[in-house]
Amino acid sequence: TSSRICERGADVAVCGGTHGNELSGVYLVRELLKAKDIVMEEEREEPASVLMVLANPRAMQQCRRYVDTDLNRCFTHATLNGPISDSAPYEMTRSRELNAMLGPKGSPGAVDLVCDLHNTTANMGLCLILSLACLFQRQMPDVPMRFIHFDVSSKESYSLDSVGKHGFAMEIGPQPHGVVRSNIYTAMKDGVQHMLDWVRLFNSGTIFEAGFVDVFTIVKNIDYPRDSETHNITATIHPQLQDRDFLLLHPDDALFQTFSGETLRYKGNEPLYPFFVNECAYYEKGIALSLARKNTVAYHNMAFKVHS
Amino acid sequence: NFSPPARFDEARRVAIFGGTHGNEMSGVTLVNLWVKNGSEIQRKMVDTKPFITNPRAVEKCTRYVDTDLNRAFTPENLSALGEGDLPYEVQRAQEINRIFGPKGSPEAYDVIFDLHNTTSNMGCTLILESSKDYFNLQMMNYIKVTALRSNTEYYPRFSCKSVNIVLCDWFIAGLEVGPQPQGVLRSNIFEAMRVILKHALDFIELFNEGVEFPTCTVEVFRVLERIDYPRDANGNIIAMVHPNLQDGDWEPLNPGDPMFLTFDGKTLHYQGSGTIYPTFINEAAYYEKQQAFVTTRRETLVASAIRKA
Repeated sequence: TSSRICERGADVAVCGGTHGNELSGVYLVRELLKAKDIVMEEEREEPASVLMVLANPRAMQQCRRYVDTDLNRCFTHATLNGPISDSAPYEMTRSRELNAMLGPKGSPGAVDLVCDLHNTTANMGLCLILSLACLFQRQMPDVPMRFIHFDVSSKESYSLDSVGKHGFAMEIGPQPHGVVRSNIYTAMKDGVQHMLDWVRLFNSGTIFEAGFVDVFTIVKNIDYPRDSETHNITATIHPQLQDRDFLLLHPDDALFQTFSGETLRYKGNEPLYPFFVNECAYYEKGIALSLARKNTVAYHNMAFKVHS
Repeated sequence: NFSPPARFDEARRVAIFGGTHGNEMSGVTLVNLWVKNGSEIQRKMVDTKPFITNPRAVEKCTRYVDTDLNRAFTPENLSALGEGDLPYEVQRAQEINRIFGPKGSPEAYDVIFDLHNTTSNMGCTLILESSKDYFNLQMMNYIKVTALRSNTEYYPRFSCKSVNIVLCDWFIAGLEVGPQPQGVLRSNIFEAMRVILKHALDFIELFNEGVEFPTCTVEVFRVLERIDYPRDANGNIIAMVHPNLQDGDWEPLNPGDPMFLTFDGKTLHYQGSGTIYPTFINEAAYYEKQQAFVTTRRETLVASAIRKA
C-alpha cells in the first residue's frame, strides 16, 4: 500500500520490502504508514510530499528475497516498456505497477527522489548507493556513512531507485535476512528521518553550499572459486577478509580459504576497497565481494528554484 | 562411591546429517565435502555416513519446501500412508527412518549428528533429547574438555530439552553453531563445526577401543519456555529484541531487565519471577514459530562412568 498526499517542491518516495526478507525497510515503512494514518486522522498538518511504498508485498508475505525474479533488476526501460505475457514473472508485473506509481521513469511526472531501503549480510554499516546522475549532499553529522557509486547510464539502470528523477538505495548491514536487529532498524529510521529533514530544508529554500565527499566507485566483482562440474563454491571468504568491508585490500592479501584450508590471495595490481563481502543474495549472482576505488568528488551549490 | 561403569554397545554406525534445513550452510557444505571424500570422518572400526537429509531444500537454498523436516519425525508422520501425495518433508522423514532407524532394530544407526546453523549468537551448542543418556553426556563432556584444551574460539555449550519434548528416540545429537545468516557460509563457523565433529568422532573411536570414561558432571541448560514477540491484534510484530538482549545468548536475564524495544522506542522488561538464561535470541526461522527467544535454567547433570560392553 502507499499514500500520496500532495505535490509541492520536491516529492520523495520511501520504499521498503523491495527484497521481501530485508526486514528493516519492511518494518520501517509499515510503521511510517501507520504514523501517517494517525497524523491524517488527527490534524491537518503541513502535508509532506512523501510517498511510502511496500514494493514487493508477495515476497514480504513469504519472507523471501523474491517470488520469481529479483524485483530490483526489473526497472530497465526494456523491461518496463517491452511486451509482457500473462505468464510473466510476478516481479515484472509489479515493476510496471511501481513505474506507474512513481514514474514513469524518464518522464517529467516521475517522483523527484526515490529512497529504496535495503539490508545486507555484509558488514557495511550505513551506505548510500547512487548512480552518477544524482549525487547530492546530505547532512548527517552523527551517523558515519559511506557513498557507493555504480556507474550506469540512466538507460541501463535496472534498480527501483532509478525510476525517480533522482534516487538512491540506503543499504545497512550486517543483518541476516529474515531478522530485525534493533540497532540496524534504529540506524535506518534515523537515516530516513535525516533524509526527509534534508528534503524539507531544500523545499523551504535552503541553499546548500558546494563541497567535497568521498565516494567508492565500483571497479569489479570477484566470484567464489567454484567446482567446474557442480558449480558449487569450493572456498569461503578468508577469515582475514570476513567483516572487513571498506578496509583496503592489497595485492597478495588473503581472499579465500578453500575447504582444505589453503589460502587464495588477491591477484589484482592495485589496492582496492572491498564491500558486499559475503552477501547472502549474491552467491547466486556469482559475487563473493565487490571492489571499489575511493575518489573525492566535488559537488555544486544547490537550491530549490520556483519556476515562475 | 565405587559403582561399576555403565556398559554400552560399541557405536559401529554413525551418521552425519547436513541440510536438514537447506539454507544452513555449514552442515550442507561439510556433508557435501565428506560425501565426495570421507577420509576426514573415518575412524577405526566405525562406519560413518554423511547424508543430505533435505536435498530439495538444499537445492533451493531454503529452510524447507513444504514443512519443517526437523519437526516432521512424529509417529503420525512416520506411519502415514499416501507416498507421493504426502508433503515432501514427510516423505523424507519416512525415508530417513527407513535408512537410519528405527531404533532398536539391528539395522539402526548408533549415533546421529544433525548439523544446524542459527542466526543467534549461540556459539557451538549441542542439543540432547534426553538428560539421562550417559553415553551422550560423556560424549559432550569429552568434546567440551578437548575443545577447551585445544583453545577453540567457541566454547561449546550444551542445551538439554525438557524431558517432555521428545521428538525421536534415537541417539541423536543436534549441533547448532551460530551466529551465521541463512544462506551464508562463514569460515569461522564452518571450522568450529568441523572441529566439534572431529572431537565427537574421536570420542567414539576411543570408546570403541575400550577406553573407560570416568564419572563426570556436565553443566547443561534445560529449556523452559518460548517467549514470543509482542504482537498487535493482527499478529504483526510490534517490537524488536532489545539491544541489551540482542546477542546475549547464555547471559543471565533478570526480572526487570530490558527485553524488547517497540518500533517507537519504548522498552519492555522481562517480567519473569527469577533469573533465566536466554538462548535462540532472534533466530530468523523462529519468527513464524512465534519465538523471539527461549528461556533455560542451568543444571548440573551427573553421568556415571561408561565403558563398552
